[in-house]
Amino acid sequence: MKKFLYDNGSVVVLVLLCLYYAIATVDTIYPVGPAAGRQLARQLVAAYGDSTEVMVVVGESASEREFAEAVRSELESSGAAVHVLLADKPATVRQGLVEFASGRQKMDAIATHHAGMQWGPLQADRLQALASEVPALRDVKVHEPRSYRWPTFFTQANLINVINQNSAIFIIAIGMTMVIICAGIDLSVGSLVALAAVVVAIVAEKVSAGQPVSTPAMLLCCAAGVLMCALWGMGSGIVSTYFRVPAFIVTLAIMSMARGLAFTLAGSPEGISIDSAFLTELGTGRTMGIPNPILVMIVLYSASHIFMTRTRFGRYIYAVGGNPEAARLSGVPVKGILVMVYAAGGALTGLAGVIETARFESGDPKLGEGFELQVIAAVVVGGTSLFGGEGRIVGTLVGALIIAVIDNGLNMAGVDSYAQMIVFGLLILAAALLEQLKKYAWKRMSAK
Amino acid sequence: MTGIEKSFPGVRALRGVDLELGQGEVLALLGENGAGKSTLIKILGGAQSPDAGTIEIAGRTASIHSPQAAQRHGIAVIYQEFNLVPALTARENIVLGQEPRGRFLSFRRERERAQALFERIGIAVDPESPCRDLTVAEQQIVEIAKALALDARIIVMDEPSAALSPREVEGLFTIIAELKSQGISIVYISHRLDEIFAIADRVTVLRDGEQVGTRAIGDLTRESMIEMMVGRKLEDEFPPRRTRPTQSAVGLKVSNLNRGQAVRNVSFEVGRGEVVALTGLVGAGRTETARLIFGADRRDSGDIELDGQKRRIRSPRDAIRHGICLLTEDRKAEGLVLGLSVQENFSLPNLTRFSRWGFLQQRRERAALDGFVQQLQIKIAGRQQLAGTLSGGNQQKVVLAKWLQQHAEVVIFDEPTRGIDVGAKYEIYLLINQLAEQGKAVLMISSELPEVLGMADRILVMHQGRITGEIADAAAATQQAIMELAVK
Repeated sequence: MKKFLYDNGSVVVLVLLCLYYAIATVDTIYPVGPAAGRQLARQLVAAYGDSTEVMVVVGESASEREFAEAVRSELESSGAAVHVLLADKPATVRQGLVEFASGRQKMDAIATHHAGMQWGPLQADRLQALASEVPALRDVKVHEPRSYRWPTFFTQANLINVINQNSAIFIIAIGMTMVIICAGIDLSVGSLVALAAVVVAIVAEKVSAGQPVSTPAMLLCCAAGVLMCALWGMGSGIVSTYFRVPAFIVTLAIMSMARGLAFTLAGSPEGISIDSAFLTELGTGRTMGIPNPILVMIVLYSASHIFMTRTRFGRYIYAVGGNPEAARLSGVPVKGILVMVYAAGGALTGLAGVIETARFESGDPKLGEGFELQVIAAVVVGGTSLFGGEGRIVGTLVGALIIAVIDNGLNMAGVDSYAQMIVFGLLILAAALLEQLKKYAWKRMSAK
Repeated sequence: MTGIEKSFPGVRALRGVDLELGQGEVLALLGENGAGKSTLIKILGGAQSPDAGTIEIAGRTASIHSPQAAQRHGIAVIYQEFNLVPALTARENIVLGQEPRGRFLSFRRERERAQALFERIGIAVDPESPCRDLTVAEQQIVEIAKALALDARIIVMDEPSAALSPREVEGLFTIIAELKSQGISIVYISHRLDEIFAIADRVTVLRDGEQVGTRAIGDLTRESMIEMMVGRKLEDEFPPRRTRPTQSAVGLKVSNLNRGQAVRNVSFEVGRGEVVALTGLVGAGRTETARLIFGADRRDSGDIELDGQKRRIRSPRDAIRHGICLLTEDRKAEGLVLGLSVQENFSLPNLTRFSRWGFLQQRRERAALDGFVQQLQIKIAGRQQLAGTLSGGNQQKVVLAKWLQQHAEVVIFDEPTRGIDVGAKYEIYLLINQLAEQGKAVLMISSELPEVLGMADRILVMHQGRITGEIADAAAATQQAIMELAVK
């Protein structure tokens, strides 16, 4: 039990956090969607029998249409007569009602959703007033799907949102894990995200000359952004390994340079917007119901996990972080590996920059602010040792989830971004302290 | 100390050990690694608390539950890894923790104090040199001075000679004799039996956490000491080899190797099937020479030939590719990645063999490791056990396994048995012989002269970066002959 907690402490923390949010965000849910529609239809059949006359009144959005469609098909299958009214404003509702009801003797019910219950023309007194003109409306009742209580945190939309919003953090954390396993650090990631975004936007602007950017051209622009960040990473790797300048200082310098460069290149603190179908699809589209940024993230996590555990290069990374001298004397090309790891970290940061650009459809020099803090927090919370040689991609995934959940929770609770910085700072400190405590406890347990 | 007991989760480190130390006496504490010596002295030094048992000093029961309490009782422990602050000077280290309260430091007073202490020891160290610039022997003197500064009546030395050259060990013995004459009692821990005969009055032997016995040094022989430690009779300290080197085949040839002052014009050959010992004082340039051959450091000049062909070796990677391997002196710092598992350490130089298209083939990796675990009788809890949790002997075996898997033709051992207990030593000697029998060229660096004499076919002696002598027939050599070359 003790060992399980030692090894999987972050999972336990994540579960506890989710439980906490689950309890804290319990709220009444008013469902809209096909399932709610079918439920409402069954409710109506039970109340009025098979051959009822029902009018469905909803707005015009896609999910409302689906809801209405579900009500209709379910009711019609049991022999009821259904008319669907899609209304964009109260006047249309009123007009539609009158048109529909004046042609017939009897009408049983109006089906709508929770929002529809609030509409003026559907209020009981207004319907009574209308009934003097249109007799069919006399005994009409308005029905909505049954509401229930459920944590809003645990809705599909929110969970996907939690990850989607933080997909850049997730992706950068992969590279940061490798860098920290090598006993290094990279503070430049946040600024590189911005620089990548701006560079991608500028190149796209040059290529397109005011026209929408074609997909192949956009792909090249993105590749340029990723490549540029890889080169920056490679640069920090070279300076820190071959010239022995601490990575902390090198990447701190790059953090400042890259941010400054992003603002200078952009020319204004506003983003440069990009018009590209590919970018829109990448940032906001879905494949098999999963938002594309999350899909990219899943692919990268799987690949990097296999890379770190099943390849020679991955094994070398652990050895270099654990004891560079022993690794070198075992024939491991230590310096080359370090440079490659920083380059890979840079490339992943560039990719995260592209995805951020895609989500906002603009190259904004303000992007990625404070990312280094959140990313390092994710990696450290995920159990990677700041002294190098230890850490797992899966751990980072859990760590990043914890960061994302806390971030989401703080946002839901209305905590402002400055107070969030305090929280993340404390989190890094706590995780690093915990690592030391674990080591101390471990030493005491295994002391001989 | 009476009836000392101490258990750790899963291990009973000490089971009722008694230890008696007379005033002005040198007591040698002997035992294999893991016999409980370290635990015992940690208890004496207050670094750990015993589960049971009492400690009496000058007839009065003393409760020692912290290093500070040990200091108050006049006990000082000099651990293998010194407790000196590298950036502070010798003087500053000596008075560290005893600086006067409430007034400014007086360098003059401190210097006088340090000088007085050095006089008591009989050897002086420049009090103003930072400790990181001092040699190991000088640092040890600083440690001893620090112990005296605390009015220690009992000084425990844990393997004080491990990193000293034979001449420095002589110096240490003079110091110990001097301390003895001042009525200070000394507990001396060492694996080197010769030293124990040279200075100890009595010997206490531990085995598996139990006291095997205490004898006066006059009642013991080398063989009986080993027998007490190992608990069985050892046929021979050094196993015989079945083959003789063939004179014709030169495996490794080194010519005019140079690096600064450390290695100067070193040339020699190691034949196939031959074990050549490279010996000399610590700092003579032996390890440096090995590192140059292995490409670990850049050489100023010099050629390396393997089987008569000149090879370009500029990094350990090159050396490994050409079939040279180096088992370093410092296993923990250079030989192993302590935070990685046995399997990962074993595979590190061999991953090219164990992977295809960059992907690891863990089944082959495991099979190879299992073979060596059986062959070398490596005691591990599992392939995933962390290398840092193994005993010295097993760590050395893992290092051996990782290089044996390479099937290298030239094997360089740098102090292969340092810090390893007698039983494991024998197994390592067997392996060295086996390698020679397979026709490999073996270069063995060692400071332990009995080991050099017992194992080598030929002996090379280094002094101040040069090879100062060669003893072609190791069987006829003596320790004196080697020492003369080593200090020439």
